[in-house]
Amino acid sequence: MEAAAGGGCGSGPPLLLSEGEQQCYSELFARCAGAAGGGPGSGPPEAARTVPGTVTAAAGPVADLFRASQLPAETLHQITELCGAKRVGYFGPTQFYIALKLIAAAQSGLPVRIESIKCELPLPRFMMSKTDAEIRFGNPAELHGTKVQIPYLITEKNTFKRMDDEDKQQETQSPTMSPLASPPSSPPHYQRVPLSHGYSKLRSSTEQMHPAPYEARQPLVQPEGPSSGAPGAKPPRHKASLIRSFSVEREPHDNSSNYPDEPWRITEEQREYYVNQFRSLQPDPSSFISGSVAKNFFTKSKLSIPELSYIWELSDADCDGALTLPEFCAAFHLIVARKNGYPLPEGLPPTLQPEYLQAAFPKPKRECTLFDSYSESMPANQQPRDLNRMEKLSIKDTADFPVPTQDVTSDDKQEQNKTRLALKSTADEALPKDMSEDPATSKDSNSLKARPRSRSYSSTSIEEAMKRGEDPPTPPPRPQKTHSRASSLDLNKVFQPSVPATKSGLLPPPPALPPRPCPSQISHHNVNSERSAHPKPPTQLPNYGDFRLQKQSEQVSEAEIHPQLNRAPSQVAESSPTKKDIPHSQPPSKPIRRKFRPENSATESQEPPSTVGPVSAASGKPHAAVQKQSSKQKKAIQTAIRKNKEANAVLARLNSELQQQLKEVHQERIALENQLEQLRPVTVL
Amino acid sequence: MAVCVAVIAKENYPLYIRSIPTENELKFHYMVHTSLDVVDEKISAMGKALVDQRELYLGLLYPTEDYKVYPSHQLCRYGYVTNSKVKFVMVVDSSNTALRDNEIRSMFRKLHNSYTDVMCNPFYNPGDRIHSRAFDSMVTSMMIQVC
Repeated sequence: MEAAAGGGCGSGPPLLLSEGEQQCYSELFARCAGAAGGGPGSGPPEAARTVPGTVTAAAGPVADLFRASQLPAETLHQITELCGAKRVGYFGPTQFYIALKLIAAAQSGLPVRIESIKCELPLPRFMMSKTDAEIRFGNPAELHGTKVQIPYLITEKNTFKRMDDEDKQQETQSPTMSPLASPPSSPPHYQRVPLSHGYSKLRSSTEQMHPAPYEARQPLVQPEGPSSGAPGAKPPRHKASLIRSFSVEREPHDNSSNYPDEPWRITEEQREYYVNQFRSLQPDPSSFISGSVAKNFFTKSKLSIPELSYIWELSDADCDGALTLPEFCAAFHLIVARKNGYPLPEGLPPTLQPEYLQAAFPKPKRECTLFDSYSESMPANQQPRDLNRMEKLSIKDTADFPVPTQDVTSDDKQEQNKTRLALKSTADEALPKDMSEDPATSKDSNSLKARPRSRSYSSTSIEEAMKRGEDPPTPPPRPQKTHSRASSLDLNKVFQPSVPATKSGLLPPPPALPPRPCPSQISHHNVNSERSAHPKPPTQLPNYGDFRLQKQSEQVSEAEIHPQLNRAPSQVAESSPTKKDIPHSQPPSKPIRRKFRPENSATESQEPPSTVGPVSAASGKPHAAVQKQSSKQKKAIQTAIRKNKEANAVLARLNSELQQQLKEVHQERIALENQLEQLRPVTVL
Repeated sequence: MAVCVAVIAKENYPLYIRSIPTENELKFHYMVHTSLDVVDEKISAMGKALVDQRELYLGLLYPTEDYKVYPSHQLCRYGYVTNSKVKFVMVVDSSNTALRDNEIRSMFRKLHNSYTDVMCNPFYNPGDRIHSRAFDSMVTSMMIQVC
């Protein structure tokens, strides 16, 4: 779009500029061009330096501008070379725009390459001197560290010059119109896009990031408008955004401009992913991830230890050495941002604060009123169960309100968590009771959350209850899987190499997380599905729900599973393919597969089924599942034992060799001491 | 008012040392190093008593010493030992105001709390130098609070 209008020289790479960038760059260009001509606002620049008919920016102001970007000198040289100014000898519009894009890329931490400018970038930042700002922009307020760009403040000044688009002229000339809400959204677009860009790759979902939970912030945007600068500049930008629709405009207006730090805003998809990862580490979303577990997890992201240490410092707000779910999401988000090239902030951005994250947990589809009741001022001292509610809400995409009743009734007795129990018992009425039980958040949203929440709680409680129910009959296979001393991690990796490849190919995790399903969690869900007699809607994740549903109906429409699995997060996705995979290759996923392969279970049920605890009608399958699982575990344990023995042998050999060496050294020492003794009497005399 | 803050590990190597007049950093390093002997002496003196009974705050380690370069400054060294034998040594410039004992204690308490926070970070290996920015900012606030 930026085609070299007016005799553009170089055939630089086709430059796709959004309208915001367009305006920004054209303003900057005009400034540089006009400045040499004796001041801005002088109308169309006839300050053609070289080629008549082509507007160029004078080298002086351009150099000043580049220096103001606060990039190192060599980077600026690189940029100048790349943009082609050196080649053609002057800064034409094309070169200037390319250079600005490269500056933006360099400031975002991306390498200075032509490819860098292909992706969406935030606007370049220039720290001009105060006098310059005043002279040129008349508003030094923009010299804050926020992403409000200089051009925003250029109002009735220059701006056009070489407009390859008359619209801009109209914008600048026309008085303000559109609401202040939209213009501030433009920069958030850019800042947010790179981050969500990475996530679109991650999730490979066709739906673009939607600032769904932030729509409610629209009313908050209005007061934000005047604060970021001259209002006059905004309508032109807005008009530009109206008139143009670029690829950047994937998202609707990101009205979450309450905070200028868009890269630090977590989208719904990201949150879901984080929550899933949290659950893979810690099935109970209301409790903590311990420091060591989190350390191992985050170390896989291959960031340096000091950076990880700093990220931890930022995200562990209460400095307790453990991460709650919002803290974990914040840390994860910071890691992702860092891997995408964003510099780490000095302090935890407001959108990543635990209180904010707790408030933003509920999904938008629940109820728009939810957001009104939520605000960043949500008390930070919310009790963990509030967190639970919100987490549960965030987890579910498809809220089915009528569900909870059944779950609640069936799970009441098995509920161990008091808060959950309380909520579940009152699931039907829910609203008033929940409100009363949660003094910390006496908001209407609670009631709304209560019902879907109880649903989710019922599911987890069922899982836990069933897990507990199964404990007495057989040694819980899942904990053994994860905590067995027989290098359980290796086993998991050994047994599920294919699964990650198949399913997580769609989800290249940015932090390089191993897409290993948590066996306990999966088996929980499996058992859960086995037990629950009613078809449950997906309470946690679509595929979980699918499992249960299919389990219930006993009609495995595996075709259904596949698309859902494709959408599902890695760990759950892996579990599903295991169903169809080789039966005996994946010990943790045995129960899942077995549900759909009754024939296998029959062969495996050796142990007395009576040992299995209070199983419901479909007792055969659960028993068989456990038996098969335990037999597989035996094999796994035996393999592990073998490996340990081998290791022992190696170490024993090493030990003996070292002993040998020690003996030799001893002998040498004795020999030396003898020599010393012989020599000593001579010297003493 | 603290002109130098040092965190010494159990094995008597510094985990963190920072001083305000940076040009004389070596001198402060030396002062802290010599105070370590006094610290060891104090904690061994109470060796018979159980660790719990030993107070963490050690108090003034050295009689005040005239600072050659700045004659007006009276430098006092205070020590504090944690239960894990991690020592905090603080050199205080008492020329402006005579810092009361309580203030020194509170400063040490803050140091100890920040150190605990650093420890809570799973990415911090005990024995590493402390690079935590939160810790840095806390020490900075202590150092320039009165200056």
